[in-house]
Amino acid sequence: MNAHLRQGSGGQAVVNVSRRQFLGGLVSTGAFVLAARVLPDSAWAQTPVGGFKTKADTARLNPSVYLGIEPDGTVFIVTHRSEMGTGIRTSLPLVAADELDADWGRCRIEQGIGDARYGDQNTDGSRSVRDFYDAFRRAGASARSMLISAAAAQWNVPAASCTTRNHEVLHEASGRRLAYGALVPAAAKMPVPKPEQLQFKPKTAWKFVGKDTSIYDLSNIVSGKAQFGLDVFRDGMVHASIEHPPVLGGTVKSLDDKEALAVKGVLQTMPIDPFKPPHLFQPLGGVAVIANNTWAAMQGRKKLKIDWNDGPHAAFESEAFKQQLLATVQKSGKVFRNLGNVDTEFAKGGKTIEATYHTAMAAHASMEPPAAVAEVRDGKATIWCPTQNPQAVQDAVSAVLGIKKEDVVCHVTLLGGGFGRKSKPDYAAEAAVLSKKLGKPVKVVWTREDDIRFDYYHTTAAVYHKAAVDAKGKPTAWLHRSAFPPIASTFAPGAREPLSFELDLGLTDLPYDVPNIRAENGPADAHVRIGWFRAVSNNFHAFAAHSFADEMAHAAGRDSLEYLLDLLGPGKVLDLKAQGVDYSNYGAPYDKYPIDTRRLRRVLQIAGEKAGWGKKKSGNGWGLGIAAHRSFNTYVASVVEVQLDGRGSFKVPRIDQVVDAGVIVNPDRVRSQMEGAAVMAVGLARSAEITAAGGRIKQSNFHDFQVARMTDAPYQVNVHFVDSDAPPTGVGEPGLPPVLAALANAIHAATGTRVRELPLSKTKLA
Amino acid sequence: MVKLTVNGMARTFEGDEDMPLLWYLRDDLRLTGTRFGCGAGLCGACTVHLEGTAVRSCQTPLKTLQNKKVVTIEGLSPDGTHPLQKAWSTHNVAQCGYCQTGQIMQAASLLARTPNPTDQDIDRTMQGNICRCGTYQRIRAAIKTAAGRRA
Repeated sequence: MNAHLRQGSGGQAVVNVSRRQFLGGLVSTGAFVLAARVLPDSAWAQTPVGGFKTKADTARLNPSVYLGIEPDGTVFIVTHRSEMGTGIRTSLPLVAADELDADWGRCRIEQGIGDARYGDQNTDGSRSVRDFYDAFRRAGASARSMLISAAAAQWNVPAASCTTRNHEVLHEASGRRLAYGALVPAAAKMPVPKPEQLQFKPKTAWKFVGKDTSIYDLSNIVSGKAQFGLDVFRDGMVHASIEHPPVLGGTVKSLDDKEALAVKGVLQTMPIDPFKPPHLFQPLGGVAVIANNTWAAMQGRKKLKIDWNDGPHAAFESEAFKQQLLATVQKSGKVFRNLGNVDTEFAKGGKTIEATYHTAMAAHASMEPPAAVAEVRDGKATIWCPTQNPQAVQDAVSAVLGIKKEDVVCHVTLLGGGFGRKSKPDYAAEAAVLSKKLGKPVKVVWTREDDIRFDYYHTTAAVYHKAAVDAKGKPTAWLHRSAFPPIASTFAPGAREPLSFELDLGLTDLPYDVPNIRAENGPADAHVRIGWFRAVSNNFHAFAAHSFADEMAHAAGRDSLEYLLDLLGPGKVLDLKAQGVDYSNYGAPYDKYPIDTRRLRRVLQIAGEKAGWGKKKSGNGWGLGIAAHRSFNTYVASVVEVQLDGRGSFKVPRIDQVVDAGVIVNPDRVRSQMEGAAVMAVGLARSAEITAAGGRIKQSNFHDFQVARMTDAPYQVNVHFVDSDAPPTGVGEPGLPPVLAALANAIHAATGTRVRELPLSKTKLA
Repeated sequence: MVKLTVNGMARTFEGDEDMPLLWYLRDDLRLTGTRFGCGAGLCGACTVHLEGTAVRSCQTPLKTLQNKKVVTIEGLSPDGTHPLQKAWSTHNVAQCGYCQTGQIMQAASLLARTPNPTDQDIDRTMQGNICRCGTYQRIRAAIKTAAGRRA
């Protein structure tokens, strides 16, 4: 779920458009640019999309697009980021409420529609708090400042002599107090303070940030009232189920829908035009069955008889493709980072170690499959859907309907999981196309089979590592090279090379203190849609790099943790620019969020302490493994405990996750993200594998694409925080990559079997 | 025609009796707390109680429900305060929340039969319910808390 792509027609300032591949190919295809970091200080002056106003907009006091207060004291806080389980819908409002010194019980959260006045809304890349922490602080502090000014004027005292406490302004010297609500009419006449005039609370006065708060939607979730995309109904709405071309780029050769039309409840069938490359987030094409309920649409679909023109991707065979990828990484690739000269070091003829790793393709498989409701009339579209990026919905729908972006209103429901899949609004575009043709509201619901077979997949990868090591087993040269069908192929037809940001996720930023490093990448064709999946290419890059580090430790007969600390050296801020890397750093400024290997050392050390590293000797089917990885500007170390049963299967009794994510807004939600990432990592490593034959995906549902269940998930995940005043960074994704390597390392510690391939079901475990 | 009771209310269904209960609940009755996850009885998101026992509503055709009693998450307690719902809140179990209604219905069926379940009981009963967010350890803790409250 990487952040770094967004359609750049929102009129916001865009930073760092310097990526080679973008300029080389993609900008010309339709304005995909690197994510901008946008803080809409004055954005509330813009006209809302479709004239749609929030209660914050219309509140009497409205100092920010994110916040409004009514004279009854009710505070409306807008979350413009999407809720898919991270808790962001609660966390950003907490930041504003803290600076406002509000009573949380009187705050109401509203979900923002897709609207550029909020700034970037692409809820991926683990950057919602990182990029909007300051904006929400400002929203709260602005309102608080205006309320204080109003009270001070009324009391005829200096504003500086007033304070606030829990929804009231106080003048302690005289014991006077006024409720926020009562001050709203006067405060609304005060000028909105400039950001540089704002005073923020000291950390000691924070009352929400850093403390656990339950998510806003919790009671609705447990009572069944929470509204997800599938739960939207409109008057006169029909239901659609779509048979997609089984091979990417396929088209309908012939259609016989007679039997489908005979199914009770089926109203009609409707072809959907195939996309013109690149596929982007366009509909895949195929045939929709329209019915008066979901079940009838699905049943009718089963009766369709379609002959397909498959196109060139029908030649895609996973096993042959894997061999090709493994061969690619044995050959020189394009260099993306170069420090010193690895070749000179290798030529010295000393000891070298090499290993090649492979990871399978995987599907997101969020519990709520893709679904959308569209109502198109009079050249305007209204969409309700679970989306990570409502502005991308506006773009995709406006493109497919040929209308203006401003004429697309996208309401964001809760998301039943996202993990990157729901940043890609092809399903919303499908609903829009059908609604326009039918002249009525349409709900599109993907089946689980659709979801598994037509995903924007987590790509398969091969990664090769080679090191020259000294007498103590420490590398003097390190060459690594990955090859994988790239995300770039979703934006540029036939792209065989990744966008460089795909390599900045775990390849170019190898943190180890080695004098000679070269990072390379080899080309690979994509035959299915490739997308970003939680932690993206960090997963395979981290699995390979930190497994390889562990291999070197064992080759040297050294303790893994002691070796890793030695490998990191004393710690420093990496200067990647000097090594030829135009490092994208997750879209964040490097001076504020540098790669600081001291922080990696610290999470490793704490992980060792918390997990009791070294207290019990691994072996005989029991073992601990360790790895640390920085991703999304956050540092995580994982210690994984495995217990094998002697018959080839294993359990994970415990995982310790140590997190340095700077300032933590809602610790319980960070803990839950780290728990969930550990579970997802174990599931991914155990059994997740998507394969193709004849260009068709072989898996279809949870019986053959297996995700973690209670019985094979880690029994206990303990999460530990590094206390930090550093600016807040991402937490949704970085908990995943180090677990993959730590798990493989634990299996080696327990059994002596080195896992170089995921899923683990490919390796025979003793 | 199928006559059944849903959350204590008498209902009459006159459509295609092969239709699974899931879609009747969702599309006809708008009881959307019962979720669609897989349509194949593999994930448990659609779990409801049939005569007091957890079943997958996506695998339960209307024609099997003549004169049967169905309870959905909306009917588990009148005000959302079943001990499991309270325990789910105490432990902040939910992340995205989509599967949690099915998880709660499954767990409620377990506790009705096994008031003090062991880890093994919980694993065995809950392994059919997938949570892609990975909230399993909190689900286990919440079930234990709810069991403790009952004891």
